[in-house]
Amino acid sequence: MATLISLDAWLKVWTYKSTFLLGFLTTLETALFAVLLSLCLGLIFGLMSTSGKTVLQGLARIYVEFIQNTPLLLQICFLYYAMSFSGHSIGIITSGIISIGVYHGAYMAEVIRAGIQSIPRGQFEAASSQGFNYLSTMYYIILPQSVKIILPPMVNQVVNLIKNTSCLYIIGGSDLISITYSFVTGANTGGAHGPAYLVSGILFFLICFPLSMLASTWENNLKRRERLTFKKNADPATEDA
Amino acid sequence: MEEWSASLSMMESSAIWIYILKGTLFTVIISAIAVITGVIFGSVLALVRNYCHDPRYRIFRYAAVAYIEIFRNTPLLLWIFICVVFCPVPDIFAHRMFGLTTVETTLLFKASIALILFTSSVIAEIVRGGLNSVPAGQFEAAASQGFNTVQTMVYIILPQAFRNVVPTLLSQIITTIKDSSYLANVATIELMSRVRQVLSTANIYNGTGNVNVSDVFVLYGCAAAIYFIINFALSLIVRHINNRRKAAASLYRTAKA
Repeated sequence: MATLISLDAWLKVWTYKSTFLLGFLTTLETALFAVLLSLCLGLIFGLMSTSGKTVLQGLARIYVEFIQNTPLLLQICFLYYAMSFSGHSIGIITSGIISIGVYHGAYMAEVIRAGIQSIPRGQFEAASSQGFNYLSTMYYIILPQSVKIILPPMVNQVVNLIKNTSCLYIIGGSDLISITYSFVTGANTGGAHGPAYLVSGILFFLICFPLSMLASTWENNLKRRERLTFKKNADPATEDA
Repeated sequence: MEEWSASLSMMESSAIWIYILKGTLFTVIISAIAVITGVIFGSVLALVRNYCHDPRYRIFRYAAVAYIEIFRNTPLLLWIFICVVFCPVPDIFAHRMFGLTTVETTLLFKASIALILFTSSVIAEIVRGGLNSVPAGQFEAAASQGFNTVQTMVYIILPQAFRNVVPTLLSQIITTIKDSSYLANVATIELMSRVRQVLSTANIYNGTGNVNVSDVFVLYGCAAAIYFIINFALSLIVRHINNRRKAAASLYRTAKA
């Protein structure tokens, strides 16, 4: 703790500020590509699990269960070591993006499935009675309605994804956490534990906090609106009774 | 093909199985301790964050909010590293026990503290969700019956809140078991780090003299299977509870109609 107030340690961090910035950018880059991958996978598997086709649903179920019930660290190690030991090394960042994307894709798929299933059956029936095919039903009618239910948990998943980029450390990545760790254990930079951890913590907080605030605000607004509509709908029912 | 049989013959050794299964046991124990401590600490945080409105004690509420938000928005690995450097270890834990060396127990204690701190911030938010789902009428009813604040909380609000969040808490155990694999980064003794340990010395055990890709498949396959069995069993329990509740709720609705 003493290093927190030592000017020396802070100067060390200041001298190596470009290193921290580089790590931060690597984290953001990994997170960005992983988010894109997980959105694609989530949409595909989310639609598969609401399609009503047994085979597709089964496939989506297997993907989601298997990915959600094993740790991300194991998946990332597995992918990286399997590729490197078989001689097709794909690089640390790429394996990080793929495994983090696939891992969070399973969570996104569950979020999207829940969002689609929260839309009343009547909407699907009405759409098909108007001659919409599957894709246009989804695109014009179902997804726009479920977006407001999907978004808050999806943003929470993005926050988790950004935090999970830290598991690149185990395969020797160069993301913010790994850079911080090699900074505090390095031969000529070592010792500045307090300031270095504080800086990387603050950098993470700056990205994640606004996102999680956004998610909880949306969620609260949604709940309030739901309560209002519920009351409006409930009133005539009590009169009937 | 002989690589595969070499890797599989590695798994026939009972020493490796015992080594890995002991790691599994440690994973489960660490996660259970983290969740139980997290429930206690997290409930206190949630209660303080939700109901500490008295201006004199406002500072506690701000502290709880800061704690929850800071831990929720920074990665677990950062806290593990911080605790490994800064966390003090009481003397009871700083000696050999459970067949571990002094270094391992100290590291285990520090890393578990990080996991506990992190988990309790997540559980605090879960419990807060449960508290918010208790209707305001319950508070008014309790007050009208002459319950004071502590009694209201203990007898009326908390039991209902916990009943509502049991499935979420169970799925939090799954998340904690998965999160505990992060302890492998500082080479503690749970499942993930032990599997990595075996893999890095697989050339000694499999008899071919070097680590093959089949070893990766066999060892990580075993670890994945173990994690999957534990977590899938838990998630089946969660689903069962949820289904039973849904059935009870619809039964209640039809009975009322």
